[in-house]
Amino acid sequence: MEQLVIDVEGLQQLLDRLVQQVYEVIGPRVRHGVVTLAPLRSVSELPAGLVEVQAPGSYRLEPMETREGVRPLFVHRVGPESWRHFLHPPAELLWCAERKDGHLRIHPRAAEAPRRAFLGVRACDLAAIAIQDRVLAGGAHADAGYLARRNRLFIVAVNCTSAADTCFCHSMGCGPEVKEGFDLLLTELTGGGEHRFLVEAGSDAGANLLRMLPSRLPERGELEERRRRLRQTAEGMKRSLPPGAASVLARNLEHPRWQALGERCLACGNCTSVCPTCFCSRMAEKTGLDGTRAEHWRYQDSCFNAAHSYIHGGVLRHERGSRYRQWLTHKLLHWQAQFGTPGCTGCGRCIAWCPVGIDLTEEVRMLGEVAA
Amino acid sequence: MKPKLAIWKFSSCDGCQLGLLDLEEELLQLAERVEIARFVEASRRVLPGPYDLSLVEGAVSAPEEVEQLRRIRERSRVLVAIGACATAGGIQGLRNFLDFDPVKVQVYPRPEIVRSLATATPVSEHVTVDFELHGCPVEKGQLLELVSALLAGRRPEIPAYSQCQECKAAGTPCIMVSRGEPCLGPVTRAGCGNRCPSVGRGCYGCFGPSEDANPAALGGRLAELRLEEATIRRWFRLFTAWAGPFREESLRHE
Repeated sequence: MEQLVIDVEGLQQLLDRLVQQVYEVIGPRVRHGVVTLAPLRSVSELPAGLVEVQAPGSYRLEPMETREGVRPLFVHRVGPESWRHFLHPPAELLWCAERKDGHLRIHPRAAEAPRRAFLGVRACDLAAIAIQDRVLAGGAHADAGYLARRNRLFIVAVNCTSAADTCFCHSMGCGPEVKEGFDLLLTELTGGGEHRFLVEAGSDAGANLLRMLPSRLPERGELEERRRRLRQTAEGMKRSLPPGAASVLARNLEHPRWQALGERCLACGNCTSVCPTCFCSRMAEKTGLDGTRAEHWRYQDSCFNAAHSYIHGGVLRHERGSRYRQWLTHKLLHWQAQFGTPGCTGCGRCIAWCPVGIDLTEEVRMLGEVAA
Repeated sequence: MKPKLAIWKFSSCDGCQLGLLDLEEELLQLAERVEIARFVEASRRVLPGPYDLSLVEGAVSAPEEVEQLRRIRERSRVLVAIGACATAGGIQGLRNFLDFDPVKVQVYPRPEIVRSLATATPVSEHVTVDFELHGCPVEKGQLLELVSALLAGRRPEIPAYSQCQECKAAGTPCIMVSRGEPCLGPVTRAGCGNRCPSVGRGCYGCFGPSEDANPAALGGRLAELRLEEATIRRWFRLFTAWAGPFREESLRHE
């Protein structure tokens, strides 16, 4: 695959071109001290020189020492939001019905999906999008809204050049190097104190756009810096999911650890809210006072909510421990049988954003080590 | 015939029923669909019962209120408790943690004329409640949703899960994780539209405990964030202090 080099001005031109092609560009921006995903148009809006210090139940955005005199734009990794927020939004109107002159009319949802470009998608999140593609757009019953948004999407991925303490994508085989599923891929380089990006195209749309940017061929040292940074990122990852996690869970469904987890777990649903692959939804009707119109909405749901396991007659999973077990065994064990991969990509969001800092990698390790 | 709606008030600030007046344009729609049979904050006209829907605001804190509430229940097909006072005893429920007599002496110049129960308790401790709307005050959107759902004969879409899920859906950054500041969001019922966290303040729990809340785990975490015992106690002893899970947790930090 051809690789070219652009500078920061080239990156701004990339944003300008995307805007010209009527894409709404969504990328990392700082809000209240957190990297969130929001519309942006300028390179100056990116979180330059800011790095996330993450630990179980803790996240701080801090200025870093410059890297070779340069303030990198993508040295942060992942904030609480994932791209799922845009591809499978927390609330979506599916259809509505109107009663008029004694007739009932059903209107399907507006089919229009925004034309969006995601800037700064990491390897773990690309893997998560691929997982949601299988879940929501695969098979005989694709989610029409998801499919429409997905088909109009342009992805600018970024290779991670450092890892947070909560990252474990390497052990999930999902990163840190981006391999597929992008239109353009950036690797931020700072060697020799020169701030620039190695760019690769992963699609025709990406290649066409790349041709419009002022670029040059990379030098050998630049290709070497890409390799070195990715190797260091992988090696610097302190956390990992123990091998054989699925079978550890399958063997320990009645382990006392689940009960202990139930005592620590808040059942607040933060883990499922930040997870880039969680897709569970509930449906609800909205009606007005006058009774002439009804709307059918899909809302994001969580397996930590009682209503999620409500079937005729009652709730199946009463205890917090059993809800946590449901979440973890679905992610790492049953997902495999259902969709062909685990439902976890090692992004580490559920570890950082759990208010009490429950770490799934640690829980799997404990379940494997302590005899039931 | 239009369904009859009645609004009742016990020990409270009137803020919740004010939410009904606050509906403005929708209040006119509401008046078209239901007979507002008793709403003394809005009109002197009072129609006799029975009522199809009674909205009850306020805590039970005086002896005559107990009997009045029973009579309201007898005359109401559906009874809904609205607001922190009616669902959890409200701010006046703080006296439940104290010996009331010395408090009376401190507050009133002539305490002997005050006829008050030693506790301020939620409506559900006295009569069967069909549904509860939480908040201090209740959200007007939830009031509207409740009445719309009852009119349409469907289940009201009122969340019982945690405030965190509302924050995350709105893209509101987590104060506790990103700043280490206390927040009751993980144990508090959603529904307010994350008013406090969205302006960078921890949730005060005015919607009361979420379903299956685990305040003990949150109390433990607040201690790890170096909050003193008395501070943790005060966090759980706010607008919905007497709600079971919050009450137990604040007592643990006595």
